[in-house]
Amino acid sequence: MIIHNYTIQEASKLIAKRKIKVYEIVKAYIDKAKKLNHQFNSFLTISEETALMKAKKVDQLIADHQKLGPLAGISLAVKDLFSTKGIRTTAGSRVLENYVPVYDATVISRLNNAYTITIGKTNLDAWGHGASGENSDFGLTKNPYDPSRVSGGSSSGSAVAVATGASLAATGTDTGGSIRLPSTFCNLVGLKPTYGRVSRYGVISMASSLDTMGHITKTVFDNALVLNVTAGFDFFDSTTSQKPTDDYVSDIDKGVKGLKIGIPREYFQSLNSEIKGKILSAVKILEKFGAKVIDVSLPHTEYGVAVYYVIQTSEVSSNLARYDGIRFGFDRSKFGAEAKRRIILGTFALSAGYYDAFYLKAMKVRRLIRGDFLNAFKKIDVLICPVSPTPAFKIGEKKNDPISMYLSDIFTVNANLAGIPSLAVPCGFVKNSNNGSDPGLPVGMQIIGPDFSEKMLYQVGFAYEQETKWYLKSPKI
Amino acid sequence: MKKKPESRMALNIDIEYVAKLASIPLDLAEKRIFNKQLPEILRYISQLNKVNTEKVEPVGHVTGLVNVTRDDKPAPSLTQEEALANAPKTYNGFFEVDAIFEEK
Repeated sequence: MIIHNYTIQEASKLIAKRKIKVYEIVKAYIDKAKKLNHQFNSFLTISEETALMKAKKVDQLIADHQKLGPLAGISLAVKDLFSTKGIRTTAGSRVLENYVPVYDATVISRLNNAYTITIGKTNLDAWGHGASGENSDFGLTKNPYDPSRVSGGSSSGSAVAVATGASLAATGTDTGGSIRLPSTFCNLVGLKPTYGRVSRYGVISMASSLDTMGHITKTVFDNALVLNVTAGFDFFDSTTSQKPTDDYVSDIDKGVKGLKIGIPREYFQSLNSEIKGKILSAVKILEKFGAKVIDVSLPHTEYGVAVYYVIQTSEVSSNLARYDGIRFGFDRSKFGAEAKRRIILGTFALSAGYYDAFYLKAMKVRRLIRGDFLNAFKKIDVLICPVSPTPAFKIGEKKNDPISMYLSDIFTVNANLAGIPSLAVPCGFVKNSNNGSDPGLPVGMQIIGPDFSEKMLYQVGFAYEQETKWYLKSPKI
Repeated sequence: MKKKPESRMALNIDIEYVAKLASIPLDLAEKRIFNKQLPEILRYISQLNKVNTEKVEPVGHVTGLVNVTRDDKPAPSLTQEEALANAPKTYNGFFEVDAIFEEK
């Protein structure tokens, strides 16, 4: 089998049985990352030297019969919003072009302690601002399933690194869909955890009441393995929950017998019929396995994007106020167009005389949106709905129309507003060209559950994935 | 007691004033684009006026944490050298900033 088609689960077994050296795998991934970078632009920094040094160390520990966990020696790509000690961290912005953090984000130190190996920092819409990857100050990331299309954003490079076999897993951040959208556009599994399940400490803040730290993998099982390491209370992030974490891998094959799946009608009303068909076929498969399907309503769905663009821009304007070029980075003239747009909108919404009408109003409607979900979860266990109204769109298509770009997040923002977890899982392909060898464009669904229900989301995703295995359909690169 | 009506959303934005508040330099082209785009975004957002929220409490921490505190104990932190490592200008172990008061 080719190294680049491994899942974490497969690589981990081979490493543990000493059938392959960590150095060999890490070297192969770095070579691939370097080779493909001029084509897809998924990495902003490749940390070859430190990665290879660490790979040798892990090989030594394994040779010494040290008992290491399932992520030992696993190559990791890190979204360039996560602070990495000694490795440049740009946030995709010229403002931080030369910034080298002196400490690690909690997620990174936890993954380091599990002996993962960071091979590089991935491209993104600057500061996490975007749905396509086109807002990066260092050039966009292209979609490996069709390089004339966007990869989805803002965790664009993270998704493409995993999809092109340049990494086994990648960290991401999801404030309004930034993990789920690129995961879907690139045929990957992406988790947006419950707000407060995974520490935000050391991750460059976008909108603090919405930001969640997740990750992107090829399979549901791999995804659960990573959450086992990153989840849990952090002394350095007072918004993390003290609630104990689960073992997200055990019982992942429990199945869906008797599970009640809600189909929120507002998400399907004017949906592209091909995408609708893919999602409903996925639901049919789960029904075949014994799940019950129930029609539900989330009446405030339509207000999600409007609420989001008040709260998010307000919090963005406050978080980005710290970039003054005194303690780190360059001054404020280096902000790109989208960051400026959001800072101005957010500053306006918070300014004297406007706060009540905008921020306060949005925080009230936000409660109604969360209330819709809480009501639905009285009757059902999980919701299934699309991730995106369209498959990956053409580069440049929405670049000059902020509202249509913002509406790319129409199905994802509500989970952030409600704080609840959502797992994006691939559910097939739609036709892209008449070329018979073209796999088409990936489509994904969200499995959404109540607060802290990540374990159940993985069980549902796993049951579906066992039947379909879409992850085997790699891009032709 | 007389009920205070809910505030309505404004649909116009004084870009230059707000840019000054946010300390964001804008060139003419940016001003022109934002003057067109931002009112469109505000119009989109103003659909929230349709939602009755008179009896709704705003969200605080979304999953409900309140008053999280920690012990006030000193612990090891960054060294002065580390804290200054990324500063463009330092002086005698401090951040150096431009003067903000004019001399008379």
